Amino acid sequence: MTDPLLTVEDLNVTFPGRETAVRAVRNASFTLGRERLGIVGESGSGKSTTGRALLGLVPRPGIVTAKTMSYAGQNLLQCTERDWQRLRGRRMSMVMQDPKYSLNPVKTVGAQIGETCLLHLGMTRKQAAARTLAMLEAVRIRDPELTYQLYPHQLSGGMGQRVMIAMMLVAEPDFLIADEPTSALDVTVQNEVLRILDDLVSERGMGLIFISHNLTVVSSFCDRVLIMYGGKIVEECAARDLQNARHPYTRALVAAAPSLDIQRTELATVTRDPEWLK
Amino acid sequence: MIAVDDLNVTFHNGGRSIHAVQGISFNVAAGETFGIVGESGSGKSTVLKAIAGLVPSTSSVLEVDGRPAARRRSRAERRLLQLVFQDPYASLHPRQTVDGILREPLVIHGVADIDDKVMAAIADVGLLPMHRFRYPHQLSGGQRQRVAIARALILRPPVLLLDEPTSALDVSIQAEILNLLANLRQSYSLTCILVSHDLAVVAHLCNRIAIMQLGKLVEIISAADLRSGTVTADYTRELIAASRGFTRAPSQNQVVLS
Ligand SMILES: Nc1ncnc2c1ncn2[C@@H]1O[C@H](COP(=O)(O)OP(=O)(O)OP(=O)(O)O)[C@@H](O)[C@H]1O
Ligand SMILES: Nc1ncnc2c1ncn2[C@@H]1O[C@H](COP(=O)(O)OP(=O)(O)OP(=O)(O)O)[C@@H](O)[C@H]1O
Ligand SMILES: [Mg+2]
Ligand SMILES: [Mg+2]
Repeated sequence: MTDPLLTVEDLNVTFPGRETAVRAVRNASFTLGRERLGIVGESGSGKSTTGRALLGLVPRPGIVTAKTMSYAGQNLLQCTERDWQRLRGRRMSMVMQDPKYSLNPVKTVGAQIGETCLLHLGMTRKQAAARTLAMLEAVRIRDPELTYQLYPHQLSGGMGQRVMIAMMLVAEPDFLIADEPTSALDVTVQNEVLRILDDLVSERGMGLIFISHNLTVVSSFCDRVLIMYGGKIVEECAARDLQNARHPYTRALVAAAPSLDIQRTELATVTRDPEWLK
Repeated sequence: MIAVDDLNVTFHNGGRSIHAVQGISFNVAAGETFGIVGESGSGKSTVLKAIAGLVPSTSSVLEVDGRPAARRRSRAERRLLQLVFQDPYASLHPRQTVDGILREPLVIHGVADIDDKVMAAIADVGLLPMHRFRYPHQLSGGQRQRVAIARALILRPPVLLLDEPTSALDVSIQAEILNLLANLRQSYSLTCILVSHDLAVVAHLCNRIAIMQLGKLVEIISAADLRSGTVTADYTRELIAASRGFTRAPSQNQVVLS
């Protein structure tokens, strides 16, 4: 593997609470090169929180600690809010899980994507508009000119998701965290969006963290996969070996997915073992 | 139980109109689970909203349990039909705790044993007692979606419209929710429409499945046809092929990023 773009050692994120603190991420260590790294795991297992920690976006009163957290040689643990803003504007970016929540409800799609071009890429208004339309087309929006003028509440779920992706991609980041970026897309559009991300990794050398619940997609698209459970990384494997993973939680996940080929009356559920968190 | 004949929905934006749903017809029998899959932006969510009376529409017939789907519904009609939205964030009140969100429909409809029902609803969707007094922003994406499902189910409505209920959930929680829906279907006559992008999910839960593209109905097939690939439309065939996973081979109509 090439020089890691990102190195994380012993990352912990805790949300203090009235009675007990929530340990959302526990002792997570991993590296990311110019590759596609998948993160799968139970709902609430800390996938999004891990992503947010890497971009300095953990909300108050969350506490982030780590032994090492560095990006392209820069120590992220010492970043000030200004440093973070500079990094997030251009070099690293995240496609959030709730597209409509993350979009500004009172601004049109065109204005929101265009803003990034104006602010971070120093384009003229005309260039920004042209670039915005090109990005909407790239993510397979059927009618880019019409969509340009729509407000977030006028978009379908999958259109909102693609607008988010377009907005993140205009800045051409070299590190992207995509949190459930294709869960609202039909499978044909999903594969085309994956192809865009794939090209950015293989042609531009972008590093990608791909968070998803879709095991079929993760195993066919990613290079490596981290499996999280209860805030911990319980297993790491090559993506194509996901079907043969060893950890009982990973195996249970694979067994719980419905399949077009095998008909079951009841789906297998996961019996959780407290030992997994030790 | 649900009858839809020649349903049309048009949105107006500035000078342009968007024909989101164009002449769709189908029927769903009592106790049946009907699936809708199809292209993003093809009008699936809009069909559900029209049935729930949440967007203006025109049709020859649009009925739930023999009553026309009206825009303003009485309390009894709201109890008849519940809709789980695609965006859990948008549908949960940000300043209400999980407890408040689940309690509200029970209070409005004057139901007894509210505390027990709230606790049971939380357990049904695989959440824990510790989540009960959290606000939506203190939950993960999948936890929020489960709150929305719990709220829709809490009054045991005879008709349930589910818009991508499990796309934000990991497969283990998805399995629990799908099993829960299947069990509810057996314990009382539950009529469902399920919109999903996951063909394996609709094949698992639905009897018949409608395929939509560009506001129109492409075809209606049985779950067995979907599994065996016995379909007539090319679009359906493309969907089935694409659901097998990502392939690195470039597509023909690839757009090159500048
Ligand atoms: N602001 C917060 N305050 C308290 N707890 C929080 C907060 N944000 C997240 N959590 C908790 O931290 C844990 C991890 O959340 P996170 O959003 O990272 O999960 P996730 O793996 O992304 O799940 P999903 O697949 O459902 O999106 C969850 O138990 C969640 O309830
Ligand atoms: N309030 C609105 N105003 C204007 N246009 C709208 C509105 N709501 C939906 N639309 C448009 O109607 C079309 C169908 O949207 P709909 O949400 O029904 O699609 P969908 O099939 O559910 O897609 P997805 O799978 O992406 O959720 C889209 O072109 C969308 O932009
Ligand atoms: Mg998440
Ligand atoms: Mg939709």
